[in-house]
Amino acid sequence: MGIVIENVIFNYPNGFCAIDDISISIERGEKVAIIGQNGAGKTTFVKMMNNLLRPNSGTVIVDDINLSDVTTAQISKKVGYVFQNPGDQLFNSTVFAEIAYNPRYRKLPESKVKELVEDAAALCGLTKYLKTNPYDLPFGLRKFVTIACVIAMGSEYIILDEPTAGQDLDGLKLQGDIITELIKRNKTVITITHDMEFVIDNFERIIVMADKKIVTDSNPHNVFWDFDVLETASLKQPSICKLGNELGITDIVTIDEFLQKVK
Amino acid sequence: MNPVLEMKDVHFKYLIGKEKVFEGISFKIYKGEFVSITGRNGSGKTTLCNILRGFIPHLNQGTLSGDILLHGESIPDKSLGELADKIGYIFQNPFIQNSGIKETVYEEIAFGLENLGIPREEMIKTVDDTIKLLKIEDLREKHPAELSGGQRQRVAIASIIAMDPPILIIDEPTSQLDPKGTEEIFEIIKLLKEQKKTIILVEHKIDQVAEYASRIIMLEDKKILFDGTTNEILSKEEVMTYGTNLPQVAKLGIKYSKEVKKLEKIPTVLEEAVKIFKG
Repeated sequence: MGIVIENVIFNYPNGFCAIDDISISIERGEKVAIIGQNGAGKTTFVKMMNNLLRPNSGTVIVDDINLSDVTTAQISKKVGYVFQNPGDQLFNSTVFAEIAYNPRYRKLPESKVKELVEDAAALCGLTKYLKTNPYDLPFGLRKFVTIACVIAMGSEYIILDEPTAGQDLDGLKLQGDIITELIKRNKTVITITHDMEFVIDNFERIIVMADKKIVTDSNPHNVFWDFDVLETASLKQPSICKLGNELGITDIVTIDEFLQKVK
Repeated sequence: MNPVLEMKDVHFKYLIGKEKVFEGISFKIYKGEFVSITGRNGSGKTTLCNILRGFIPHLNQGTLSGDILLHGESIPDKSLGELADKIGYIFQNPFIQNSGIKETVYEEIAFGLENLGIPREEMIKTVDDTIKLLKIEDLREKHPAELSGGQRQRVAIASIIAMDPPILIIDEPTSQLDPKGTEEIFEIIKLLKEQKKTIILVEHKIDQVAEYASRIIMLEDKKILFDGTTNEILSKEEVMTYGTNLPQVAKLGIKYSKEVKKLEKIPTVLEEAVKIFKG
């Protein structure tokens, strides 16, 4: 079980190579952050996990299903993808209808639909917005509508593409809580983000991408104290690491770890 | 000195909204100030920017009262066109900023200048300079619709900077950018600050706000909750209860003060933190 990707290469139709020979596996129930500079290929990479894009060569296997044998529609329920731009996926007139879209499409009884929508909405802090048009919500909240949709769909694997963009502190905390809850429900969560503090607070496994490849696949301590990796992927240490570095306190990635060392 | 921008007891409610967004907002912004507007999502940061640019009430209707002034003249009484070369506005969502009618990034950046009637020679030079400034030479001939989120954000900024407005309203310019891209954008914003432009910025990346902004206006519950210098506001722990993060070094300082030894001053930027913890 899990996602197994082997020697995947992806070229866009214009010939531009976006993914150059990546192999990796993600276990069922894991949470993984993908970080790296703009244009590294992060979005292209995750889109191959549910057939939104198909590799030119190599294999993508999800729970023993070879994705080349199935259609995008067949795999999209198992692997739910939350788009970077909420405008790419929202089209219903109310938040309720939007979240209910997939359950209704699956012809579930309306009582079950309601149950799924209410659960997803509660988890995403949307209970009071169910009758609102998604486009009347601020950008930050619209992102939660798209997350709720994937939760209501019942996906086993949930890919969040830059959910932290434009979020305030409460939004970031809520996203951390959603990820924790999804892991409790035995889901697998893969998150692309540029928020390093968020990564450190919520993930133990980080995949760093740069220039079409995976640079490293490790934990926050190894990633944020490996200056070669940071340089290659155009990443920056979070301030707490920078401060540690200035003071000769290495290998810390959180405020608490810093305090432990100076106490 | 007279303020560049001023709001006096501004109230606003969207046409479709049940509740008011603002109930009595007042502030003055002076030339060359770099003000960051903070507050939780939904607190009205973008609405405030829209009022200052005249998009409210011209494009988004609602009930607006109070004085909104640019050099003492009423902004709502001016047409959007009149304000175009005075207040540049960089949208939060780069997916809607581009014109949608231009086929290359180069033309996209020239679009605003064309509308302002800038002579051709000058326009070419300005576009070239802007592309260089924003380090987007490689995007020059690309179609705006084919760009990634981060690339679009850079192009959006370029298209406004090209018009050289004295006031810039920048709504989350780096939300789609990686840490390096974010620093590059802030280097550009710093350059604009050095050119004495008046800058109003909405940004959640608080480390950058702490580093570059001189003043913070924080919105909460339809009003201004805090208005003060960046260091003064970002060293308050209670700021975090209103949906705004604090810089990591400030959070460290607050915790250190409580658990280890009281600090006289809470650091808000790295440099200060280094001094405090080295000493």
